[in-house]
Amino acid sequence: MSLVSDPRIAQAFSYLPDYLGSHVRVSLTALLLGLIVSFPLAILVRDRPVLRGTLLGLASIVQTVPGLALLALFYPLLLVLASFTLAWFGFSFSAFGFLPAVLALALYSTLPVLRNTITGLDGIDAGILEAAKGVGMTERQSLLSVELPLALPVIMAGIRTAAVWVIGTATLSTPIGQTSLGNYIFAGLQTQNWVFVLFGCAAAAVLAIAVDQLLALIETGLQSHSRLRAALGSAGIVALVLATLVPTLALTSSTYVVGAKTFAEQYVLSSLIRERLRAAGLSSAQREGLGSNVVFDALATGNIDLYVDYSGTLWLNQFHQTEIKPRGEMIAALKEMLAKQNITLLGELGFENAYALVMPRKRAEALGIRTIADLAAHSSTLSIAADYEFFSRPEWAALQKSYGLSFKTQRTMQPDFMYAAVAAGEVDVITGYTSDGLIAKYDLVALDDPKQAIPPYDAVLLLAPRRQHDQALQAALKPLLGKIDITTMREANLRASGSNAESSPDAVAKWLWDQVKAR
Amino acid sequence: MPSTPLIAYAHVAKSFAGRRGAAAVRAVNDVSLDVAEGEFLAIVGGSGSGKTTLLRLANRLIDADSGSITIAGQDVRAADPVTLRRGIGYVFQSGGLFPHISVADNIGVTPKLLGWPAADIGARVDELLDLVRLDRAYRDRLPQELSGGERQRVSVARALAARPRMVLMDEPFGALDPLTRDALGDDYLALHRKLGLTTVMITHDMTEAILLADRIAVMRTGNLLALARAAELGSSADAYVAELLSTPRRQAERLSALLPRGAA
Repeated sequence: MSLVSDPRIAQAFSYLPDYLGSHVRVSLTALLLGLIVSFPLAILVRDRPVLRGTLLGLASIVQTVPGLALLALFYPLLLVLASFTLAWFGFSFSAFGFLPAVLALALYSTLPVLRNTITGLDGIDAGILEAAKGVGMTERQSLLSVELPLALPVIMAGIRTAAVWVIGTATLSTPIGQTSLGNYIFAGLQTQNWVFVLFGCAAAAVLAIAVDQLLALIETGLQSHSRLRAALGSAGIVALVLATLVPTLALTSSTYVVGAKTFAEQYVLSSLIRERLRAAGLSSAQREGLGSNVVFDALATGNIDLYVDYSGTLWLNQFHQTEIKPRGEMIAALKEMLAKQNITLLGELGFENAYALVMPRKRAEALGIRTIADLAAHSSTLSIAADYEFFSRPEWAALQKSYGLSFKTQRTMQPDFMYAAVAAGEVDVITGYTSDGLIAKYDLVALDDPKQAIPPYDAVLLLAPRRQHDQALQAALKPLLGKIDITTMREANLRASGSNAESSPDAVAKWLWDQVKAR
Repeated sequence: MPSTPLIAYAHVAKSFAGRRGAAAVRAVNDVSLDVAEGEFLAIVGGSGSGKTTLLRLANRLIDADSGSITIAGQDVRAADPVTLRRGIGYVFQSGGLFPHISVADNIGVTPKLLGWPAADIGARVDELLDLVRLDRAYRDRLPQELSGGERQRVSVARALAARPRMVLMDEPFGALDPLTRDALGDDYLALHRKLGLTTVMITHDMTEAILLADRIAVMRTGNLLALARAAELGSSADAYVAELLSTPRRQAERLSALLPRGAA
């Protein structure tokens, strides 16, 4: 099949207005905010060496923080701030999505603007500065009509660098709930949809180049006093901003926002939910690729309306329970605890997606390993790989404590690559997910947990506080409860792990519904 | 010569902090000096003699530590420095033209700061281009498109734009080739006389000072060594002054020997 006729291209284009619009909106707002703050700051500190050194140092430190970490940091920071404003001033704001993304990206843009503005102003010939004074200019007149115009090329170079950085880094704002071109990349990476990954990268690159060239046009226009060029460049930027209003208008018309975490199963389930809502005549939008911790808070604060979580995750991560209860008791206890926050646990979907230690069947048989207890005897000579969060999760601590596990090496990996890595013998053991179709595909085996160190992970549907009494929504979702067994979900996940058109979350969700509806 | 001086320095001193904690440098040391209305005064001295500092004190590009400077009887320290500078023409060492704006905008900069109507500024620019003998077609050119001599002509035009009574010149023709320099010097002297200006010009070239100025002030290490007409300077007892005068004298003698009149 040729790439051009691939239905995933058409699908990618259908998301473009929303993703591109949101991306432009968040990055240009951040750039503008960054400029408004750092430009005057640069002018204020340029004659104050100590302040200037401190500021440039701080900006450089910010620059060394990886973009993803900076974005992730702003989320808890704003959560704390929001709880303060609620306690002291009686209002709160959303720490999710747009605001943390704009703040982090604005901070990211400060260094090139600060540094280039200071360097540009510093580079002006002392004779010219004296002449400006000598002909009778005030400091302000000298700054506005001599220094800034002369430093313009250097300053604009800084602004253009900042613009390219911000547009590139904005793709990382997807996990904190800001829709961006990163949605293509994160979703594509999780569902092995390389068309999406490439599409997202290309779109971000084209946008960065376009904004850079528009700024260049404004720059040459200002320098050569060509109003036409400056106007053309500005018109281009304005057109981009106007284009961002389209998705805003589109979003306000959709009623339900369905959240999804960062892995394929979640994408498929959110597609299935949206499909069901559509069938019931309810409009919906998706917020996918949300970090594990972000997604629950997003639901609690009403930024999303519903999503699928797992009982063990809620038990350990949200409610910090240490005692592991049997399945039924845990669900009952969770329902109660969630109800205190007005969150509805609508019910279980019917399958479990637990963490499990996984290794190749043949290897396990050769070593005589059937349970984690058997593995413990060999662990000191074996290596283990897990997803990004596992080693800091309480399950890992519980496993280590219960079985005395101590591996030779441990490393973290993108979840989708773990299975292939363990099948190829690059690592000996991985922490897989019981619902993952790749376990069967690569002939792997999930080791038994006789001491029950890992709690049950039943997939459960959670509804936001404002959907507590929403009968229409609950009726639309009821047909899914208890209908998706582990075999069906594994098969769905295996389909989603393919890299062809039939493996898109929407296509798999359709297949899944076909399996489920007759039950 | 009128009795009230236009510019008067009285016991003026100025020191600069030394680099990296070194002792302060006395740039101008107890200098008293009057410049009469309509006079052309040249200040001559080597680098580090304090001549540029002396000039910059007059329009408060720097302020004196002690002593007083008056212009038309008024202490400069009582004046607003910005207003003061707009009323005094200043020609900078390397022209100091603003590279990003046209010749016309450069010339019209001070009138514009003073809020003249645009039409008046335009007319004044044309008038000045004629005065400094530049083609009016130069209006819209940028400074870098001009030769060194043309740039200094623009610089002189800019200094004269707001019709100042006095003009301060900091080695205005120093970087030019001898022919251009001679022509510009003569042209400026003609303007000085025609417009009734008071001019203070810094130069390190004694020949130029002798040819242009009414009186010459000689500076060395912050001190005013001599202040006299060129003809009177010869009788100075100071060895440095004599040395400064020896070069033009020797050149004149050699030139008249090499190029006897009527021999061509």
